[in-house]
Amino acid sequence: MMTMTEPPRPSPEALLEATRHEGRGRLKIFLGAAPGVGKTCEMLTQARARQLEGVDVVIGVVESHSRPETEAMAQGFEVLPRKHSLYRGRVLSEMDLDALLLRRPKLVLVDEMAHSNVPESRHPKRYQDVEELLAAGIDVYTTVNIQHLESLNDVVAQITRIRVRETLPDRILDAADEIELVDTTADDLLQRLHEGKVYTRIQARRAIRHFFRPGNLAALRELALRRAAQHVDRDVVDYMQSHAIDGPWAIGEHILACVDEHPASAELVRRARRLADSLKADWTAIYIESPQHLSLTEAEKDGIADTLRLAQRLGAETATLPGRDVADAILEYARQKNFTQIVIGKPARRHFRGLLSGSVVRRILRQSGAISVMAVSAEGAGFPEKAVHTRPADSTDYEPYCFSALGVGLTTVFAGGIDRLVALGTGISMLFLIPVMVSAVTFGLWPALFTAFISVMTYNFFFLPPLYTFNIADPNNWLSFGVLLFVAVIAGNLAARVRAEADLSARRACITSELFHFTGRLTGITQLDDILWATAYQIASMLKANVLILLPDASGRPEIASGYPPDDEIDAQDMAAANWCWDHGQPAGRNAETLPGAKRLFLPMRTGAGLVGIIGLLRMDEKGMMSTEEQRLLDSLIDQTALAIERCQLVQKVDKAQVRAEADKLRVAMLTSLSHDLRTPLASILGASSALMSGHGVYNQAQTDEMLGTIREEAERLDRFVGNLLDMSRLEAGALGVKLQEIDLADVAETALERVRRRLSPDRVQMDIGDVSVRADPLLLEQSLVNLLDNAAKYTPAGSPVRVQADVHDGRVSLTVTDEGPGLPEEDTNRIFDKFYRAKTVDRHVAGTGLGLAVARGFVESMGGTLTASDREDRSGAVFCLTLDAETAESIVS
Amino acid sequence: MNVRVPSILIVDDEPQIRRFLRVGLPPHGFICVEAANGAEALKIFEKDKPDVVILDLGLPDIDGYGVLEQMRAQALTPVLILSARDDVAGKVRALEAGADDYVTKPFDMEELLARLKTALRHGLQVAGELPIFTTGPLSVDLVRRQVFLRGEEVHLTPKEYDVLRFLVQHAGKVVTHQQLLKQAWGAAHVEDVQYLRVLMRQLRRKLRPDETVQHILVTEQGVGYRLLLL
Repeated sequence: MMTMTEPPRPSPEALLEATRHEGRGRLKIFLGAAPGVGKTCEMLTQARARQLEGVDVVIGVVESHSRPETEAMAQGFEVLPRKHSLYRGRVLSEMDLDALLLRRPKLVLVDEMAHSNVPESRHPKRYQDVEELLAAGIDVYTTVNIQHLESLNDVVAQITRIRVRETLPDRILDAADEIELVDTTADDLLQRLHEGKVYTRIQARRAIRHFFRPGNLAALRELALRRAAQHVDRDVVDYMQSHAIDGPWAIGEHILACVDEHPASAELVRRARRLADSLKADWTAIYIESPQHLSLTEAEKDGIADTLRLAQRLGAETATLPGRDVADAILEYARQKNFTQIVIGKPARRHFRGLLSGSVVRRILRQSGAISVMAVSAEGAGFPEKAVHTRPADSTDYEPYCFSALGVGLTTVFAGGIDRLVALGTGISMLFLIPVMVSAVTFGLWPALFTAFISVMTYNFFFLPPLYTFNIADPNNWLSFGVLLFVAVIAGNLAARVRAEADLSARRACITSELFHFTGRLTGITQLDDILWATAYQIASMLKANVLILLPDASGRPEIASGYPPDDEIDAQDMAAANWCWDHGQPAGRNAETLPGAKRLFLPMRTGAGLVGIIGLLRMDEKGMMSTEEQRLLDSLIDQTALAIERCQLVQKVDKAQVRAEADKLRVAMLTSLSHDLRTPLASILGASSALMSGHGVYNQAQTDEMLGTIREEAERLDRFVGNLLDMSRLEAGALGVKLQEIDLADVAETALERVRRRLSPDRVQMDIGDVSVRADPLLLEQSLVNLLDNAAKYTPAGSPVRVQADVHDGRVSLTVTDEGPGLPEEDTNRIFDKFYRAKTVDRHVAGTGLGLAVARGFVESMGGTLTASDREDRSGAVFCLTLDAETAESIVS
Repeated sequence: MNVRVPSILIVDDEPQIRRFLRVGLPPHGFICVEAANGAEALKIFEKDKPDVVILDLGLPDIDGYGVLEQMRAQALTPVLILSARDDVAGKVRALEAGADDYVTKPFDMEELLARLKTALRHGLQVAGELPIFTTGPLSVDLVRRQVFLRGEEVHLTPKEYDVLRFLVQHAGKVVTHQQLLKQAWGAAHVEDVQYLRVLMRQLRRKLRPDETVQHILVTEQGVGYRLLLL
């Protein structure tokens, strides 16, 4: 008997997905780790290939950022004119969506998908334009940088310290038919950045410096690689499902993220998304609307709605459910809908203000059964939780009162038991001091007074005749009642005060140690940026506030220099407050006397020398006022920071002053050199030529020849000087365009020698180079050698020999030029390589430019070599040693 | 033989340079015609058919390369580039576009005259080739493929001979790397400058007459090589 096995059928979801794609344009995303990796170029290259296949390709929008290479590549495509609109007096241009839809090409190129459109455009975001194009059946090629991805927004901000505002929902990337990763190494990118080939939207210098750190780039690159790999994974799964290929399927993981009003909820949602991604699972975000919801502020309610919207954008289903008990509601929902994992926020401190308080988490953990529970820590996200609590426990907290009442209840039962066994009479009242003391020590004054009150009432009710009334018959009992009341109040008060003091000193000790560490950290930092970052982080964590630090910019106006969480934006009202605070050196903004309408409070940071900057605070809770203790803490933090900033600025000033002094010295040297080296040859030329012109027949042939010789030599000298000046400016402008290649050293040396033939006769030079190849730029190397030989010719006695010799050691070639002149000047052997420096011979300046050696060293260094000078050991004379990389690979000649 | 005084078209926008050439060149047996811009130069070039052109690359109206191209489209008249631009890429570009040689400003009158004579010789001798070529200590028998240095035969590999013969055919003129590579290795190898470098090093060693005098094979760094006419 044969068993017929039915062939596996494609899963209905996969087929549905496939049909959904038909009639819809295909989306290909070129994903990069950072600006400048070459996404646009890659997109254009591939579009070109499609165009050659005969596909109708149109450029919707391509940002060439005036890079010629990109512009050249974009040529030959039809470019749809952009739509211009006037917004706040500026003309802005955007992709013309309607024109594209009308034109209906097969493929549109849309650069920078995360771009935000001009306000009042049809869609606020460019990716929405792309979606509309896709829906119209038009294929789209687009580019995006990994830092724009919504689910990575926090991670990227943590890595780069920059908050990216233009975000792209993950679902867009997920829905792409193809993702191509455009990858380049961090080193290459930095190189391109230095060459000015990278344009970036982050214009602030600080931001660029932070953003393009090798570490950051490596991290971003990893994110991009991972994200692209994930997508490939998903493609394979889709393909296998739609072709009914059997495989080890993850058994329908289903994740439930529970959000509440705590600011860390956003991070929780992102975590859940990443978890869902790695498990290829569906996920849902819920909020349980318990009775406590009514007591939330409007801002908190808004926050919950924002978090749920974020979850939606990240691809989650969302739900808000009513429920009396949060833990029960979550668990019931999870079981009903077959969730396999629950993600909840882990309370970071005991009195976590929020629905998911300790008990809720504990209960979910206990009762979750087969469902896995992941408790996400709030630390590291949103606000760092520190051990320092500068705010007193919330006065509306009812827990202490409940516990106190419970304590009194227990005491009553216990006292009742004892009373049955042994008649203690009024001694029972002593027992009621126990809960009072316990409450006072544990919870503080008010719970203690409350306990004292109910203790006394209970004692009266249960133990003083007439029993079970609040009346007292026996005057004796009045006394014991009174004593109990008195003792309870006093003891409670004392105990509470002891506790309060203990708390306070613990807090102070904690703050002191934090401050101590902070100060220690600050002194270790030399970079201004790092100081600001450390300060912002410290204040944010200790005061639970958004912190901005503003320093004066070049024009002396305050400008955001750092912030925690990383933030670069500030509204007009806050800016006004910041400006006022800066101008007057007085606090301004929220809770201050000036401009209280602003969101933030701005405080001046000053040192003995004056105002160095200002700091802006935005408290997370609604209470704006600070306690005296917080005020003191903030003051000392600000003082420390101001000093650190001042120290840093002083160091910079000293550096600048030194640079300026050097520059001054150089300018004087340059002017001397220019006037001397330009004027002297000109004087000779003018003098000799005018003499020849005026004195017809006066000079004999020999005299005429000599004067003509002078004119020629001086003109040549002038030419060399101008050549050196040009070389120097090319060096300083970084416009050398070094092209390293294999070079025959002997060949270059001979050419150089040929060029100095007139000044240094070849029979004075002993060449001992042999068969050596170096890796260098032929022209730069030749000029360097010419300058070295010129230098030897200038500073050595006529006719003395000059030796040029080459050696190879460990892959480096060293070429030495040895002369028999007076050797190096004693003062400073290294100064001979300074611009416009000239060694003084006995009584006159040698006719030189003072640039030759500086140019030679600059050229050699630009080829990755070194040029040094020393005195000869065997006799007087100088040795110049030039080293370069050897070229070892020999090509085969046939 | 036709003893005609060769005419030179001088194209330069600098009046001083034109003046100096106008005065300096005739005593050496040239007639000078001048043009201050590209359009004028092309007009004269077509009308007067000069024997050699001295062309400045930086002209006010048409780019020097453009002038060169248009002249090349009409005739094989030798063109000598005169330029203050000292960049290798520009020189190579001009040579590849058909210029015969270049001189960088400021220049030596002797040098200019030598280049002019070489260029003219080529212009006049495009067809005829002597069977034995001699420059300084070097002589090359182009029929028997033999090379002599001071009368002693030097043995060259076939590739070395190919390169040398090409240089001999363009003696006195700079020949670019690409031209030599194309000649000796074929068009597919025009980028393999390394081959040429190694070969030239060997060739230079074999043809070295004396340590103290200048080598007859001159390296023009980054551009190519030149066989000196002595």
